Amino acid sequence: MGLAIAPPDLGPALYQRFRRRLFPYALITPSVAVIAGILAFPLGMLVWLSLQHYGLRELIAHQGEWVGLGNYQAILTDPLFHQVIVRSLAFTFACVALTVGLSTLIAMLLLKVSNAVRVLLMSALVFVWATPVVVTVDIWQWMFDYEFGVINYLLTQLHLGNFIHHNWFDNPLQGWTVFVVIVVWGAIPFVTITVYAGLLQVPNELLDAAQVDGAGAWQRFRFVTAPMLKPIFLIVICLSTIWDFGVFNQIYILLNQRPSSDYYTIAIYSYRESFGVTQYGIGAAIAVLLVLILIVVTLFYVRETVRQAEIA
Amino acid sequence: MIAREAAQRVRAGRPHTKTQAATRIAVPRGLKQLAYDATGIAVAALMLFPIYWMVITAFKPGRDILTLEPKWFPAPFTLDNFKDAIARPFFLDDVRNSLVIVGVMLVLALAISFLAAVATARFGFRGRNAFLVMIIGVQMVPLNALIIPLYMLLDSAGQVDALPGVIAIYLAVVLPFMIWTLRGFVANIPVELEESAMIDGCTRVGAFFRITFPLVGPGLVATAIFGFIQAWNEYIIAYVLLSSPNNQTLTVWLASFTTNHGPEWGPLMAAATLTGVPVVAFFLILQRYLAGGLTAGAVKG
Repeated sequence: MGLAIAPPDLGPALYQRFRRRLFPYALITPSVAVIAGILAFPLGMLVWLSLQHYGLRELIAHQGEWVGLGNYQAILTDPLFHQVIVRSLAFTFACVALTVGLSTLIAMLLLKVSNAVRVLLMSALVFVWATPVVVTVDIWQWMFDYEFGVINYLLTQLHLGNFIHHNWFDNPLQGWTVFVVIVVWGAIPFVTITVYAGLLQVPNELLDAAQVDGAGAWQRFRFVTAPMLKPIFLIVICLSTIWDFGVFNQIYILLNQRPSSDYYTIAIYSYRESFGVTQYGIGAAIAVLLVLILIVVTLFYVRETVRQAEIA
Repeated sequence: MIAREAAQRVRAGRPHTKTQAATRIAVPRGLKQLAYDATGIAVAALMLFPIYWMVITAFKPGRDILTLEPKWFPAPFTLDNFKDAIARPFFLDDVRNSLVIVGVMLVLALAISFLAAVATARFGFRGRNAFLVMIIGVQMVPLNALIIPLYMLLDSAGQVDALPGVIAIYLAVVLPFMIWTLRGFVANIPVELEESAMIDGCTRVGAFFRITFPLVGPGLVATAIFGFIQAWNEYIIAYVLLSSPNNQTLTVWLASFTTNHGPEWGPLMAAATLTGVPVVAFFLILQRYLAGGLTAGAVKG
């Protein structure tokens, strides 16, 4: 990712030696201060907090009680946590697979359509991308309303069943399906535009050559386009995994800020433990586990990305 | 040199729909194109439908919203929902808070990230790679995981329920990505441009501000758009850290719209439209700068 670029030689006569040495450090000092102060320090604090019993009383006294790995032990033996983990992983997998699959199809469609349609489709994507998540959650809540929602009406009209007064969130499986739709819809624009930008970089000579050699559309994608897009797919899958695994807003707001435990993601579970029942230590331990799981899940992608950057 | 390469890449990258379609004989070309275009329009319609539904709901009178058979157009047209939404308590306070937070944060973030981008794109120094790795690594940490310690950090600084605390957090959240993006833009501007200005008698600082700085314009715009969207749309940090209603942001105001009798869809959709409009407008106004070919053509030959 450009990490290996040699520093440009600026001509030694232009700068006093010591100034040239110190100047770049002066330039990055503000960023380092802000990022370290506001992200790195709390990250350390999170780990420290997760090793303590820290409730409302401790918060007021600014003094926790050391319990070692007690919080982790409590969480890992909690059956609810296991459910939440499995659910979050399945949800993330469904969202990432659908997002990347559909976005790739749309990006390839963008190559084929005429100019006017391309502008229209691009504008639609940009519009969805620019709309705040909180706004989109309200829209979907309205569209999925059990009484007057347009989706129940449409599904009934299309004879896909009787959806009059159907509450999508009574049945967790249906509720989660709704959340997959919402998250995938919101994620498609970014991924599509990124993949489309990548597709534009694939030389047509290669595709033409493959076609001359008798490769069909699928083979051209499988053996020419996909390998060339590998770095882009890696980044997109990695980012989507991080975002979808940490999903909070969509579920929390749509369920009117009091989701039942059937709808807990890890992020919501951590939040409920911390701010719902003021067990900040437990909440922090869950958050640490969230980060650890993310590291394990994305390790493969990060390693591959670094490897790709080294080859390039 | 770099500019020429970039231009070649752009030229080579154009989609060659015609050449690919021409070699297929089985289906008539026109028909195939029609099928692609129809699919494209259908996808665009599907993506846009929720936003369309929000806007027309906002313009419908209440009796047309709660119908078992939905009305597809706001036939009797009304602004009552918008009037209702604006008249809600704390709307103006929260608009002001959102603008202040995003505005101050963006100015600081652009300045700070620009300095770091120049440092990493133009200078080689010990620790540069470590800095870049930190920039990438930090983006992997989900913000949700840090709410508790951030709350305690701001609590000890007396900044809970105050705008500066939230501004500082947003700043730290958007900085890594902004530095990374801006770095790419600065690195793309050939050093030769600055050097030739210096040969023509510019000082090094003068060359930087007269040549490089204007050329980074599109990069600053692109990163500004990103920062704006991130900060304007953020919900959970603002929700936890800004507790009093007159200190909250628009997204928190919007999320708390639901009353005990369930949501009032008309005013809620009007409020959602109002919250979304600044982002979409900011994006649409500035996005043409994004397409600008950076330095394409700046160094000819």
